[in-house]
Parts: sequence; structure tokens; C-alpha cells
Amino acid sequence: MEDNQKKIRVSVWRGGEDGTFESFQVPYVEDQTILDLLTHVQRTVDNSLSYRFACRVGMCGSCAMQVNGKPRWTCRTLVRSVIQDGELKLEPLSNLPVVKDLVVDMKPFFDKWQEAKGRFEPSDSPVTEFVPIKPDDKQRQKADEAIECINCGCCYAACDVVELNPNYLGPAALNRAWSLINDAKDFANPERLKAVSGDGGCQNCHTNSQCVARCPLQLNPTRSIAGLKKAVSLATLKGEI
Amino acid sequence: MKTNRDKKEYWASFVQRWSGVALALFLPFHFVVLSLILQGEHVLDGFLYWADAPLVKFAEAGLVGLLAVHLLGGFRLLVIEFFAWKEWQGYLISIAGVGATATGCLFLLRAF
Amino acid sequence: MNKRIEFKLWLAHRLSAMALGLFVVVHLAGMIIAIQGGLSSAEILQRTSGNYAMGLFYSLFTIAAATHSTIGLRTVAREVLGWGGMSANFVLIAFFLFLCAMGISAVGGLVL
Repeated sequence: MEDNQKKIRVSVWRGGEDGTFESFQVPYVEDQTILDLLTHVQRTVDNSLSYRFACRVGMCGSCAMQVNGKPRWTCRTLVRSVIQDGELKLEPLSNLPVVKDLVVDMKPFFDKWQEAKGRFEPSDSPVTEFVPIKPDDKQRQKADEAIECINCGCCYAACDVVELNPNYLGPAALNRAWSLINDAKDFANPERLKAVSGDGGCQNCHTNSQCVARCPLQLNPTRSIAGLKKAVSLATLKGEI
Repeated sequence: MKTNRDKKEYWASFVQRWSGVALALFLPFHFVVLSLILQGEHVLDGFLYWADAPLVKFAEAGLVGLLAVHLLGGFRLLVIEFFAWKEWQGYLISIAGVGATATGCLFLLRAF
Repeated sequence: MNKRIEFKLWLAHRLSAMALGLFVVVHLAGMIIAIQGGLSSAEILQRTSGNYAMGLFYSLFTIAAATHSTIGLRTVAREVLGWGGMSANFVLIAFFLFLCAMGISAVGGLVL
């Protein structure tokens, strides 16, 4: 590498909720990701820097943080595609409690996943006949559209409603519930429909699609939540729940 | 301040909310004015004479525009929430903006 | 206490929105037709007096608008001002009743 290499300035959140930004000068390398850059800081400048990652290839969903104000995976975000005026700002994910530096406590996020009954529930009685599910089945396709979520929390951090109403279950948990409602082998209804329409339920969504804008997998939680609103409305009007 | 406000859906939702609040706060005044009829025609006429001023007419056109934008934006929300999601629904935001402006202008044209 | 009251309020908000969609289109059209040449009590009364269909239409419109605006304001009060609970509900119920009373008495004054 050249000596007169171009440098970039990175402001990184340090400390807990009441922490502050610390600035680092980092060499600019073509095609480096935000994660590469953090690794450089931790290995060569300050080894007390905390941040999460595991797979490095966009499969595990553990490395999300606010990059220049927007939630992104650090492993699949190139520095050159997000840098503004030679500067980068890295903060922990919004709407979640900060543990230290760039690490947040994901507990509220996963608790809501459970609260929305985001867990597959098989039939109580032994299955005698398997439901055939064809790939072109309408319900199967709806489940397909929502199923690839890896719980990275980008949508949850981007959601204005979560920010305004901490009880709101959020896009990820509701999207998960929607994929299970469309699973013919799942037997949690109508309990799941009740679970997604409590005080923090699907009706809180403002359809402003910040989650859609920020999902690294291009999923559409807003569409899933709209599906829930309609399903719960019909069940409520029919007196089923 | 988060900087993820870069989708037109965010602004659609913003306009929907605050046009709604403005209309909701206008309603009591609207109804109180109409109730003036109970006190006699001349009382309501007194108000209507005042309301004939150009500035009031512009304000009224603004309210008509707000009502139209809330109507069209609300139509978009109901379509998304109660029908299947389609990509063309993104255009409904533009239609709401254009339709509301047109309605407000039409009202102004007729008012003068 | 029913745990799904929030959802039911949202549903009432959307159902009233569907009704209002129809009402507001008619109202906007009527408004744009009527505003030509300015308004007077005599002119308004000429259209409304004894028009019971219009009386029913506007009474339903009033109730739908009161329902829709009250629930909408409730959401904004909670999310923006952080104002919820009993005190907010009390004020909002008063707002709802005020709108219904004023609106329907005005309709009565214009139609009867």
C-alpha cells in the first residue's frame, strides 16, 4: 500500500447510552466494507472497541448498526457507497438499549418476536395426513415473500412507530407472524391473530415503509403487516376472535 | 434525528397525519358556524359576509385541499390495508398530491 | 378490560374512513358547486330546508367524522405528546360528544 494513501475520518460511538463519539483516521482501501474498517480500528488502533459480527457474508444478521444514520449490515456495506464528504458516522442500532460502543441489547427485539407468536406451532394431535403444499399455492407464495428474514433488526431500528411507541411489536416480529399465518402446517391460530392485535399490535403501523426502505434482503414487512390488519379485521368482524 | 426519511411513503404518512389533525381541529369551528343558523339567518349571514373576504377564501381553499389530500391519501391506505399489495400503489401518492392541488385550485376558481 | 380495544378503535377508524370516503366526495362536489357566486343563509336554506335525505346524509356524515377525528387525534396525542390514559380519553370523549351535538343540531337547524 502507498504511504500517501487517502484517509477517511470515522466517528464511532463509544460507551453506553450516555456515551460519545470518538474519531479515528483510517486508510481508505478500495472495496473495503464497514466491517473491514472496524476490524482495522480494533486490531491496530484501539482493541477495546466492541462490535458484533459472525458470518461476514450477510447470513447471520448480527452486524447491523447505524451507518451515517441508516441501519445497515456492516459486512455487506462498502465504505465507498455510503461515505459522505470523506466521513463516516457509526452508531449502535436505534430503538434498542446500548450495551457498549456499537453493541446493543437485542432482548426487546427477540422478546417481541415471541410475543407475536413468531414460533412455529404444530398440531396438538399426531398428524395422520400431511397437508400437501404446492409451490404455486397462494398461501405458500405469501409465506415465501416474508420467510427470508434473518432477524438483523434493521427494520426495527428504522421504524418510526417503534420510536414513538416502545410497546409496538415492530416490523420483523409481525412479518414473521404473517409468514406463519400462511403456513398450512401451523396451528397457532386464532391465538396468533390475538397476539398481533394487542396494544402493541399491527394496527400501530403507519404504512410509511421505512422498514421496506431499510431491509437488506428487500423484504416488505409493510405488506405483511397490511395482510395482518386485514386478517385480524375480518376475524374480529366475524366474531372469531 | 434519524436520516432514513428518504421514501415518499414517509412524507405521505406525515401529510396524512397532520392534514388529519388540522381537519379535526377545524371541525368544531365549522359546526359552531353552521349552528349560528339556529340563532337566525342574520347571524349566519353576518359570518358569511366576513367569510367573503379574499384571504378567508384562500384559507378555505387550503382546507379544501387538505380535505382532498386526506381523502386521497386515506384511499391509498385503505387500498393497501384491505386489498392485495401491488407495486402500482406507489403512484397513489402522486395521484393524491396532484388531485388535492387540483381540487383546491378548482375551489378557488369557483370562489372568485 | 378487553385487551384488544386498541385494535377495535383502529378498526372503527378504518370503517368510518370507508364511509367518509363516500361522504367527502359528495361534500366536496357540493361545496365546489355551491361556492359559485358566494354564500348566503337564504341560498343555503333554499337547498337544505325540508331536504330530509340531505339531513340523514349529513347526520351520518357528522357521526362518522366525529368518530374518525376523535380516534385519529387520540393516536396523535399518544404518539406525539405522550398523552394517553384516562385524562386523554375523557377529553376525547367530550370532543366526540361536542362534535356530535353541534353537528347534528346544525343539521337540524338547516333541514327542519
